[in-house]
Amino acid sequence: MLLYLEPSSNGLKRSSLELITAARAVAGGSTITGLVIGATEEQLAVAGEYGLQECIVITGTTPQQAGNSNVAKIIADTATELGTKTVLFAANSTGKDVAPRTAVRLQAAIIPDCVELHGTTGAIEAVRPVFAGKAFQRLSSTTPTTVFTLRPNVFTAKKSDAPVQTAVRSKTVTIGADVRTTVVTNTTLNQGSLDVAEADIVVSGGRGLKAPEHFNLVEDLANALGGAVGASRAVVDAGWRPHREQVGQTGKTVSPTMYVACGISGAVQHLAGMSSSKIIVAINKDKDAPIFKVADYGIVGDVFDVLPKLTAKISALTSHN
Amino acid sequence: MNILVCISLVPDTTSKIVVGADGKTINPQGVKFILNPYDEFAIEEGLQLKQKHGGTVTTVTVGPPTAKEILQRALAMGSDNAVLVNDSNCADSFAVASSIADLAKETSPDVIIFGRQSIDYDSLVLPGMVAEILGWPSVTMVSALTIEGTTVTAERDIDGGKESVTTTLPCVISAQKGLNEPRYPKLPDIMKAKSKPVAERTPSAAAARTAVVGMTLPDSKRLNKILGDSEADINELVRLLHEEAKVV
Ligand SMILES: Cc1cc2nc3c(=O)[nH]c(=O)nc-3n(C[C@H](O)[C@H](O)[C@H](O)COP(=O)(O)OP(=O)(O)OC[C@H]3O[C@@H](n4cnc5c(N)ncnc54)[C@H](O)[C@@H]3O)c2cc1C
Ligand SMILES: Nc1ncnc2c1ncn2[C@@H]1O[C@H](COP(=O)(O)O)[C@@H](O)[C@H]1O
Repeated sequence: MLLYLEPSSNGLKRSSLELITAARAVAGGSTITGLVIGATEEQLAVAGEYGLQECIVITGTTPQQAGNSNVAKIIADTATELGTKTVLFAANSTGKDVAPRTAVRLQAAIIPDCVELHGTTGAIEAVRPVFAGKAFQRLSSTTPTTVFTLRPNVFTAKKSDAPVQTAVRSKTVTIGADVRTTVVTNTTLNQGSLDVAEADIVVSGGRGLKAPEHFNLVEDLANALGGAVGASRAVVDAGWRPHREQVGQTGKTVSPTMYVACGISGAVQHLAGMSSSKIIVAINKDKDAPIFKVADYGIVGDVFDVLPKLTAKISALTSHN
Repeated sequence: MNILVCISLVPDTTSKIVVGADGKTINPQGVKFILNPYDEFAIEEGLQLKQKHGGTVTTVTVGPPTAKEILQRALAMGSDNAVLVNDSNCADSFAVASSIADLAKETSPDVIIFGRQSIDYDSLVLPGMVAEILGWPSVTMVSALTIEGTTVTAERDIDGGKESVTTTLPCVISAQKGLNEPRYPKLPDIMKAKSKPVAERTPSAAAARTAVVGMTLPDSKRLNKILGDSEADINELVRLLHEEAKVV
């Protein structure tokens, strides 16, 4: 199996560790190989603890220089050399961009946004949410090689009971004249804070917050929980919050361990973006708000009264642990 | 500039989803089908590029004859031509991508514009697949676009930020919310569009690469523990999150 891994400042991205964990369950004795563009020995140190047997480190270029079509080519060429039947990507912005191209190059099926993998490599069936989470589709592949993208935060990253020493080898590639796209600048917005789509805990605010200046109540709870801030479309359209925080059908799809909806009614278009969250908590003053139907835990109350108290109690608890 | 815009017919998100008798697809009875919301941004961008650079806008959908309705909407918005690839099956994304690539090979557009994703199967795969089949560059999830001569500069949304990408025509673009404000077609244009021709084509011979094993509805096993707002209730919530859900 070949896994496209991405480095982070202190190792590998969590979504990459999730890929390695998911691969262990379906590898059935075949080698789990990672491919990473530009990573240090230190960054890869963690991979062995998750069971990555082998890792190919690409040198000589960066994903930004190479562009999406060359990144797909590097992955597809490596998969062909290795005779890989399964290629895994995280369904994040990179995976969504590169995986379809890789599949076409490999003449392979692509099954995107998977939340479950069953079987063993070469004969994997995958389950994915469709119709905004209102149904699940189980798919099989009719090609020898199959590309899967895995929805982040669904496959929990767990260290292996049998850690290994990852065999690292580097491969130098030269990108010739065939550069199709070049990334000129790359700006990280909301520096220091997490992206909603990647966060393990998301605290979202809706029109119930009444005005943009009250979002500090949402931010404080998010900080106490170590999570990211999200928003409903109503508050994004009103200009209270940036579009990158919008959760839902026309915003981001999130599936954190915990999603806290504050002053959000729970319109279907909002649920479309967060219904696969593991635990859903709702705070709304209307006991009949639809959000309570999909909630695990709810408080029927006023956000202005409940949020400060909840934040204080959670801070007190986490500071003791 | 010749512009090809790809659009799709999808169930409205508020529709209730019922699994059909085959256990693999949805029962279309009572489902309202609409133009995929992201594809409105794609049509609008096509029209704005035409305003700036001249040329024609052709809108295509791969789908059943009932999908003519969304082509008529695109015509009413200002699209010059409409093409229905008559495929009631749409076996998988690869089959659809192959049909679009076939059309592009014949008509040689300068740019192909997609929506970011279809809201039914949320695949986000067609733009990349079509680009790779054609051997073209692609920039996906674009929230700002300028084309000067053959040079394309686009801003795209990435996790936690944005990146600015340059490439050259011909290329594939997928439109993210924020790229533009889609226009509403005017009533007379809607009426006129109904009598405009829609060209029909047969789908690509490419075989599907995935097979549906089954479709199921989620069994919502939410705990539904709804509390009041007293001090004791908030303490109880914190206890449940800590001890039962173990998320805090
Ligand atoms: C094509 C389309 C796409 C869409 N895409 C999205 C999307 O991606 N994301 C999205 O979120 N929406 C989307 N929507 C909009 C969606 O239908 C709703 O309009 C929106 O989610 C409502 O936002 P809200 O819950 O913040 O506001 P409201 O529906 O106004 O709800 C506010 C809630 O706050 C509660 N409240 C008020 N005051 C207080 C208080 N003091 N304390 C506690 N609770 C309080 C109220 O009881 C109410 O339930 C889309 C709509 C369409 C048509
Ligand atoms: N059947 C179809 N015919 C034409 N274009 C389509 C079709 N399905 C999807 N698209 C286009 O491809 C984009 C991405 O779709 P998807 O890869 O299915 O998420 C959509 O926003 C449309 O622009």
